[in-house]
Amino acid sequence: MIERISQLIITGILAGGIYGLLAMGLSLQYGVCRVLNITHGEFVMLAGVLTYTLCASLGINPLVAAAITGPLMFVLGFLLHITLFRGLKARTPSPAVFEGSALLVAFGLMYVILYLGKIGWGGLPMPVYYLNKTVHFAGMTFFLNQIVAFAIAVAIGVGIYVFLSRSRLGRAIRATAEDPATAGLMGVNVNLILAFSFGLGAFLAGIAGPLSAMISPPKTSMGFSNTVIALIVVVLGGLGSVPGSFIAGIIVGIVSFLVIGLWEPVLTVPVYYAILMILLLVRPAGLLGKK
Amino acid sequence: MGFLVLLLVFLATFPLYGGVYHVRVLIAVLTFVILAASWAMFSGSTGYMSLAPAAFFGLGIYTMCVLEKELPFLIIIVIGGLVAFAFALLVGLVTLRLKGMYFAIFTFGLVVFMSELINYLEVALRGTHGWHITPLGNTTIFYTMLILAVVTVLAIYFIRRSRLGLAMNSIGGNEDAAEHMGINTTRVKVLTFAISSMFMGAAGVITAPIWIYVNANIAFSTYYSFMPILMAVFGGMGYLYGPIIGAVVFAYLERIVRNEFPDYFMIGFGIILVVVILFLPNGLVGLIQKLQKVGLISKLLNRGKEEQHANT
Amino acid sequence: MPILEGQDVTKYFGGLAAVSHVDFYVDRGEIVGLIGPNGAGKTTLFNLISAALPISAGEIRFKEQKLNGLKPHQICKKGVSRTFQETKVFGNMSVLQNVLVGAFFGSPNRVSGADAAREATQAVDFVGLPAMSATPIQDLTLVNQKRVEVARALATRPELLLLDELMAGLNSTEVSEAMELVTRIRDTGITIFMVEHVMKAIMGICERIMVLHHGEKIAEGTPREIAANKKVIEIYLGEETYAGS
Repeated sequence: MIERISQLIITGILAGGIYGLLAMGLSLQYGVCRVLNITHGEFVMLAGVLTYTLCASLGINPLVAAAITGPLMFVLGFLLHITLFRGLKARTPSPAVFEGSALLVAFGLMYVILYLGKIGWGGLPMPVYYLNKTVHFAGMTFFLNQIVAFAIAVAIGVGIYVFLSRSRLGRAIRATAEDPATAGLMGVNVNLILAFSFGLGAFLAGIAGPLSAMISPPKTSMGFSNTVIALIVVVLGGLGSVPGSFIAGIIVGIVSFLVIGLWEPVLTVPVYYAILMILLLVRPAGLLGKK
Repeated sequence: MGFLVLLLVFLATFPLYGGVYHVRVLIAVLTFVILAASWAMFSGSTGYMSLAPAAFFGLGIYTMCVLEKELPFLIIIVIGGLVAFAFALLVGLVTLRLKGMYFAIFTFGLVVFMSELINYLEVALRGTHGWHITPLGNTTIFYTMLILAVVTVLAIYFIRRSRLGLAMNSIGGNEDAAEHMGINTTRVKVLTFAISSMFMGAAGVITAPIWIYVNANIAFSTYYSFMPILMAVFGGMGYLYGPIIGAVVFAYLERIVRNEFPDYFMIGFGIILVVVILFLPNGLVGLIQKLQKVGLISKLLNRGKEEQHANT
Repeated sequence: MPILEGQDVTKYFGGLAAVSHVDFYVDRGEIVGLIGPNGAGKTTLFNLISAALPISAGEIRFKEQKLNGLKPHQICKKGVSRTFQETKVFGNMSVLQNVLVGAFFGSPNRVSGADAAREATQAVDFVGLPAMSATPIQDLTLVNQKRVEVARALATRPELLLLDELMAGLNSTEVSEAMELVTRIRDTGITIFMVEHVMKAIMGICERIMVLHHGEKIAEGTPREIAANKKVIEIYLGEETYAGS
């Protein structure tokens, strides 16, 4: 029993890496651009199904595919921001109205991408397993791809953290998130930074897609649950905090695997909501969020 | 005013000459009118976007499933409304104390939350999925839905003109200022959200006997979150008639395109939602109002020119 | 007995003290000014009084009652109203409707529709905008929008009115008009506490002035005393606003 629980916990930790990556992308898009991008999961789905197509037709593996889907999603996010959200920002009278309208735009977009995916790839899971070898450790069984996915996710997370805190561009992004007007006055090209940040968030979805695909088969309906997970992790970890996203991702990962393994898989979403409710009642800012 | 009376008379007598197919379509239209108008009542005025109308609609459907054999239909409608009201109170008390982002996040997955939870409970408590509802006559359902729609629209009309409506609009205008002018914004938001959800729940109760077979996935479908929002935004979410017009347009449109272009039509609708928000934020009614203003001005200009000509 | 009192009022943002151990008081019927360079903590102090922000330490009392822990709508109903630095009008309504909100909800008792309408119309007249009642507020100039904000605050029947940079962006004539408006408000019996950068206004109508710098109160006194105060002159050297006096 102990081994079973430990296995579930460690599997959850490994899954949490991807969850953290998901949350980081969403956190960037909302924290900087003030767009609650509920389409985030659909980007992951697109990257996932694209991974299948690339791997099946080009014979490459998902990690190589990630080098394509990542930048592709970046471009998609960047363009979407320029065409949709930048114009919306100019047209809305106040930040509160912008957030509400941006949410509805994202909601409409979600259905567009979802159904494009459904038409393009159908409804069935499309296996593209990679690094499926089992790894044994202390009486527990894991898959190599889970470990590799976790390692890559964390590496990217660290990279983003360093990028945001040390680089000039990263500082410009943080300044824009903090106070766009002042940032603009200090010479930051705010519009470009906003589009870049949105694209960067989409990039992370573009990486999460292939990483997740090599572990479990992508399907066109996977977007919604990915968005839900990303949202919960963002709230739990605290908006704007990279370490927060990963810690929260790991916690959510552990919780979900414990629920799946010891209780009922259908209950994962209700359990997420229970966590969310407690969080909103007690500490909405999350674990590491600014108050 | 006379137009409205005529419309009501037309609707009230419709089943006599309408034919079964059209009656059923009208029922769907009325359902969407209730959902879209209720959504707009809260989200359109306060700016807090709820993505969960389907959750309350579904609650109503399930209330009917559970209570169908126990109580008269009309009583269940009231109970369904109250159940939805209570659940919305709970959701509101947790989320509406906080910024709009948290409300949006919570309502986004709420529909899936409900369907998963109920799926589990059904199997745990009853052993099976799904319910069979005894069908009620089309005419019965039509008239109940019509009455509910009239009640809903009237209620929204009076609320909009009341103190509560003014408070809701001021929250949408500037929540900080509203709070500082003496409005308990949390209380106003929670109450209005609960009222709007109540109508959705009641509509759900009436819908169950049309669908006859219901399970958690059928009852809690994000389609019934998306469509009311599309309808309200398209028609104009800040106006009383906006959502109604949007509901009529898209309820018919949906019927037509759904058969011809399954799946593709959703892409079209999604694009329409995006385009309307970007370019027509006040919806169709807002556009008509703007055109009226411009029309008036050009009429005045022409009259001015005529007077000039007459004087020379 | 002062109508408004603050003791050891402190506000931390992270590690930074935006307002630091400030004691202040405002007597009934006074017009008190609050000045200081940008970032001195003036608006933050107002936000603490009106409970837009929670206080970190200290106590604020209005008519001997603690305001700590109350919500903004409760404080409004007790008789404290305010305007905002970034004009926070209800952009989706007309001028009269904006003011009606204050009239309906600003009082602790239920106000009838007729009374509220009367109150609102009076307030709109008082600030000099009777012709614009039905105009959508978005169509008004910034100057007039600020006036509507004042009318809205007045419609809540306050005993204390906090004015946050009412004169910002106004030209010389508009400043004089605003000064006259403020004096007229005080003459109806309302106490005024005002944050201002425009020296002409501060020196012209305030009976007493408080000076904040880096969150601390560094001086307090009559306009004359403040104008002669060395510390105040020092911190304003190089500040363009001082040249406006």
